Amino acid sequence: MSVDIDGQDIVLSGDLTKKFSIPIAIESLRKRKYLIVKNGGISNWNQESVVTLYSWLSQLSASTNLQMKGLPDEMSCLLRLALEKPQKNIQSNLPKEGLLERWGTKGIVLAHSIKLGVGFFVKMIGAWEQQITGKSVYRKKDFWLSLEDCGPKAVMIVSLISFMVGLILAFVGALQLKTFGAQVYVASLVTIGMVRIMGAVMTGIIMAGRTGSSYAATIGTMQVNEELDALRTMGISRVDFLGLPRTNALLLSMPILVLISDFMGILGGCFVCVFLWEIPLSEYVRYCTMSFSLANFLVGIFHGLVFGLVIALCGCYFGMTCGRNAESVGKATTNAVVYSIVWMIVMTGIITLICEGLGI
Amino acid sequence: MISPIIKVQNLSIGYGDNVIMNKLCFEIKRGDIFIIMGGSGCGKSTLLRTLIGLLPALSGRILINGIDIMSNNAKQKEFLATQCGVLYQSGALFSSMNLFENISLPLEQYTSYSPEKIREIVKFKLALVGLAGFEHFYPSEISGGMRKRAGLARALALDPEIVFFDEPSAGLDPVSSKHLDDLILEINKILGTTIIVVTHELSSLFNIGKDSIFLDSSIKTLSAKGNPKDLLKNPPNNRVLSFLTRGVSDEERS
Ligand SMILES: Nc1ncnc2c1ncn2[C@@H]1O[C@H](COP(=O)(O)OP(=O)(O)OP(=O)(O)O)[C@@H](O)[C@H]1O
Ligand SMILES: [Mg+2]
Repeated sequence: MSVDIDGQDIVLSGDLTKKFSIPIAIESLRKRKYLIVKNGGISNWNQESVVTLYSWLSQLSASTNLQMKGLPDEMSCLLRLALEKPQKNIQSNLPKEGLLERWGTKGIVLAHSIKLGVGFFVKMIGAWEQQITGKSVYRKKDFWLSLEDCGPKAVMIVSLISFMVGLILAFVGALQLKTFGAQVYVASLVTIGMVRIMGAVMTGIIMAGRTGSSYAATIGTMQVNEELDALRTMGISRVDFLGLPRTNALLLSMPILVLISDFMGILGGCFVCVFLWEIPLSEYVRYCTMSFSLANFLVGIFHGLVFGLVIALCGCYFGMTCGRNAESVGKATTNAVVYSIVWMIVMTGIITLICEGLGI
Repeated sequence: MISPIIKVQNLSIGYGDNVIMNKLCFEIKRGDIFIIMGGSGCGKSTLLRTLIGLLPALSGRILINGIDIMSNNAKQKEFLATQCGVLYQSGALFSSMNLFENISLPLEQYTSYSPEKIREIVKFKLALVGLAGFEHFYPSEISGGMRKRAGLARALALDPEIVFFDEPSAGLDPVSSKHLDDLILEINKILGTTIIVVTHELSSLFNIGKDSIFLDSSIKTLSAKGNPKDLLKNPPNNRVLSFLTRGVSDEERS
């Protein structure tokens, strides 16, 4: 097989199904007005050889008039069809950029996204205002459905995970405290840890994965289905209609879930202490009640509320800004969970600082 | 002479830097069935999305009832929300609500009818589109053609003055698509609704169209206006002719 250049012509011959390369640089051919592709005795060819030829010829077809002579019928048909419309030089939208520029852009994007997020929060506040004044379109049924989903249906998983966390805290804690013979303080450790922060954090992470992602996916799919467009042309606010019931449901259920999580965590600790470390139950309970403080408990619940808001906002925001294909729904879901968790950590930091300042 | 309901002046449409059509000027008369036609990818859907305010225009103006749709006029917003129905390509019914809830939503939002009255209206609209008795079905439980008709019922819920259709016959078999065409004609005749249809289905375009524009992607603007049948008789240029004859005239010439 071979490809030869003969004056104006490109002559193909031999077995084209074998790997072949084109012996001449394209640049030198680009200047020609026209070019003829000829059959110099092709013995065998298949689709693959047409693909190779096409990828080469298509670079010429914009500037050069290509003709085919004597090629096998189907082969010239295929080539003609593919080359009919000259390839446009479509430029990628992504300009190449240096390291500094890339980080700079990242910074701008970050600042922009924070702005958008805050803007969305402000919209949500507007929606609450509307709800209080009774002006918004608020589907009670949506609220009850969401509440059922993020309330009763989440209790099992939250309980299970919190129980395990309590178990682990007690086990690991006691291993350390044993060296001082202070095993019984494990009860205080579990109580303070769960009530102040761990309960809220575990619940937050579970709900981000469970409910935040589902919000983003549901609303994102509505975008793909043009349902969000339909809402807009009906003049119904998406934040009122979709965001509000979901956010309210999550805000209502989070404190209760945190409460359950606290309790289950302490129960898990109790399990380890009583059965593994053989601390009497009454002793465990005594140390628990001793180290329990209302302030810690309220801080934990407050964390839960804030996390609920973060999760709902992220879920709804990424759902509503979702693109119009299946892939972007997946991306929206991932973003919702990742950003929920990141923002929960940021909020934890902020709340901790404030509590430090207030001396709680 | 009836005043036009929609006036488009020197409109450019596109996405960001990517201008798809420019210098669009046309008027849509009250009570007409107006067709937006053109080859695949020429920007018909983009134009429709711009007309209903989902996409900002790059430049130029769109006047509906004499008021710019981009102006922040509260009355115009209310008009757009209540007097413009849109039938989306996929129907765009809310999948978490059944047909009754879908159609009653705009009624609950914009009217002060009693629940009993709303129930009656919804039943009537569903009957109009041939879906009587399907109130309690969810969109996923009915066929594509039925979904489109249900979408039409929702678009008609508030008795709008203008209804926009995005490719009504896409994905329908010839009989259902003929059915939908007949329905469009009847609604136009009986209710006097102005209807704007994006389509490239030749049979339906000749069947229902009273006025039309042809978007030409090679010159990035519209290259013909008028009744589709007249355009077929006196085509202003070859591309229109070849579109309206499914390219048959091209082959005859060559
Ligand atoms: N979201 C988008 N962002 C950027 N460009 C887009 C977007 N949607 C469509 N386009 C581009 O706009 C052009 C017109 O698309 P449009 O959907 O309006 O075509 P159409 O006339 O409706 O075609 P069809 O008859 O196939 O539906 C296409 O070239 C497409 O690449
Ligand atoms: Mg389209």
